[in-house]
Amino acid sequence: MTPKSAPSPWRDPVALLAAPAVLYLLVIYAFPLLWLFMKSLTGPTGFTLQPYVSFLGDPFNWRVVGNTLRVAAWVTVVCFLIGYPAAFALARAGAVLQIVMLVAIILPLSVGAVVKAFAWQIVLRRDGIVSQILVGLGFWDEPQRLLFTETGLVLGAANIFLPFMILPIYSVVKLIDPRLSEAGATLGATPLYRFAHVTLPLTLPGIVSGVAFVFSMSVSMFVIPSLLIGDRFQTLSTLTGRSFLLMRNEQLGSTTAVILLVLAVAIVVGSTWLARRIGGSTT
Amino acid sequence: MTALERTSQYVVWFIATFTVVFLMTPLVVTIAVSFGSSTVFTLPPPDWSLRWYERLAGMRGLLPALLVSLQVAAASTAVALVLGTLCAIALVRGRFPGRETISTFLVSPLMLPGLVIGIAMLQGFKAMGLRDVYASLLIAHVVITLPYIVRTVVGALSLFDFSLIDAARTLGCSYPAALTRVLVPALAPAFLTSGMFAFLASMDNYPISMFFTDAWTKTLPIQMLQYVEERPDPTIAAISAGLVLLAIVALVIGDRLVGLRKLADF
Repeated sequence: MTPKSAPSPWRDPVALLAAPAVLYLLVIYAFPLLWLFMKSLTGPTGFTLQPYVSFLGDPFNWRVVGNTLRVAAWVTVVCFLIGYPAAFALARAGAVLQIVMLVAIILPLSVGAVVKAFAWQIVLRRDGIVSQILVGLGFWDEPQRLLFTETGLVLGAANIFLPFMILPIYSVVKLIDPRLSEAGATLGATPLYRFAHVTLPLTLPGIVSGVAFVFSMSVSMFVIPSLLIGDRFQTLSTLTGRSFLLMRNEQLGSTTAVILLVLAVAIVVGSTWLARRIGGSTT
Repeated sequence: MTALERTSQYVVWFIATFTVVFLMTPLVVTIAVSFGSSTVFTLPPPDWSLRWYERLAGMRGLLPALLVSLQVAAASTAVALVLGTLCAIALVRGRFPGRETISTFLVSPLMLPGLVIGIAMLQGFKAMGLRDVYASLLIAHVVITLPYIVRTVVGALSLFDFSLIDAARTLGCSYPAALTRVLVPALAPAFLTSGMFAFLASMDNYPISMFFTDAWTKTLPIQMLQYVEERPDPTIAAISAGLVLLAIVALVIGDRLVGLRKLADF
């Protein structure tokens, strides 16, 4: 494009502008993460898996891993059940309703987890809103406390992570041409068939990235379980925090931290791969 | 309008209302409690009062924590704006291999658990001999703010027509003048919005900050969590309401500058 001859790829002087940011992140962020990872695999005599073997040898830790994955799975399911229809409602809503929805989705994103988790402590009390609604609707005979229960934790976390399910799904839903479904109807397809064979496949990439976001954030959440369920219930991430800040057990903390790191990287890599595969097969 | 269309309109309204109410519940509850007179979080409050706001002045440690958070957020956002913009120019204008990898790398702190990043940095800083709490917080928070800047500025730069700079130079502008009078104004909305959201992300961060604070230097979320654990009362709701107000201001400015729909892009 430019009249000057194109510089050879590695001699492009513009590339130097990226150097400060990249070097900063390498030194401050990437090397320490890599070091944490390497150190956890190095024993006195070289390579070792000993910390992981002894971690998994303890039944208490199995319960911690189970807690983490079970809560994350439930949060993801709840977010999907609310978020999937919500993404369609957002795409199909009229102008005013759409703006109201967008505000309700974006505003909570810039409010911190401490603020929202504290609010859920109030909502989940025995005399809180959720209890009042359930009694009012006749589901419960008398008010109950949801705070410090697993159900309360799932509800609060699902509320806090819901925008991360709605937005990626909305970003694909808004691209779907409504005429596609109409075309299916003209050709005699039932609504259910149209949904399963036209709409669902088109929204899959959004679902994959929404599920990946919510699941990985639920696995690594720290403030929310500390406030909504307390110390009796340990997840990988609260155990990591506690072993560094309270128990001063850096060995255990590093092990669980690396497990969390590997999980997070696996989710990112796996979901990117999956989204690309799905995207490739539908086009 | 057919019966089916009308039904689907009702369904959309129902789902939309449910979602909005569900998502806004924590924010509305916080604000309602902060203006209530009840000490035990009764909703709806028996009476309205400003007593919790009056008590803010007497909260031990609140003002210092707020100041630390504001300073760390402002300074880390400023550093990230410089580093991030330079890098964004390289990513958009450069023709070198690995640009995709670099941009993923720069945004990656948003995708990894903050807690783990915090631990890794804590050990890294120890190894480098960095002990100062304030400097550690600042250096760590640049990692939080940088992804927001890079993501938004790359987006804005790829829409910018660089021939405008050549045009300004043909019309007699020097190169630095062309940059400050053409490029900077065009990018100003991106700087402001990304800077604002980066600032808020730093203000609200808990999982990374908690490894770098000590008994004397705390950030606001750390101090708030301590209040919640020690003596939960609606004063915390009053602080929270202030933070919600800050988020509303950011959203209004962001909407004016780039539009709500753009903010929702994922």
